[in-house]
Amino acid sequence: MAGDVKKIMFTVRKPPHGSIYVYEGLEVKLIMAAYDADISVVFLDDGVYAMKAGQDTSKLGIKGFEKTYGVLVDYEISKVFVDRQSMEERGLTEEDLLVIGEDEETEEPVRPKMIDSAEIAAMMAEQHNILCF
Amino acid sequence: MKLAVLIYEGPYNHEASDSAYNFIQAALAKGHEIRGIFFYHDGVYNVTKLMEPPQDDRHIANRWSELGAKGIDIVVCIAAAKRRGIVDDVLVPNVRISGLGQLTMMAIEAERLVSFGD
Repeated sequence: MAGDVKKIMFTVRKPPHGSIYVYEGLEVKLIMAAYDADISVVFLDDGVYAMKAGQDTSKLGIKGFEKTYGVLVDYEISKVFVDRQSMEERGLTEEDLLVIGEDEETEEPVRPKMIDSAEIAAMMAEQHNILCF
Repeated sequence: MKLAVLIYEGPYNHEASDSAYNFIQAALAKGHEIRGIFFYHDGVYNVTKLMEPPQDDRHIANRWSELGAKGIDIVVCIAAAKRRGIVDDVLVPNVRISGLGQLTMMAIEAERLVSFGD
């Protein structure tokens, strides 16, 4: 029953590197996307850096996970947002955002959508669960 | 209310584990149901029997094991556990290792998922 599908939101507030939270949080998203749940992801605060294109983790000695974020749409995670204020505070624009897949119909690249705090708050109010990473 | 609890941090190093335990005890005392407890990130260290804290301190792993003995489903994430050397052999009784699918089911089935950690 469509009405029973639970809305689950992931918030990502931590920077992508320096701790494992964001990477392991990504693993949770990929698993939960396989279940019957309505998944959305919002990047806020330093979390917006996870959506920055062109991350080079080679000197950190870690594999990095930008490539995995690059195929979120393939995992049927297409409700992906970044907080406008967090982006602006960090001097980031929409042009800095990485591609998370391509549109099924138009084959155009899909990027996270920049939205305002009020829209995020409204979405949060509708969720059954919010998981923070 | 049916609650699920998600714990992100390791024992002793961080208060999250203690806060979660106290929350669960308070919830049970109020008659709420705990659908499950899920350990993720360094939280997987909470249930290793290898820990041996000073005798005048709380034994965090045994505390979780006692909750498990009451029939509460306590699950350690296998991916997070393998990365950190936590395997079945080192677990305290009444907890189990399983996948993130278990967290998904807890999240879906519980009325509230309460997370503890940074």
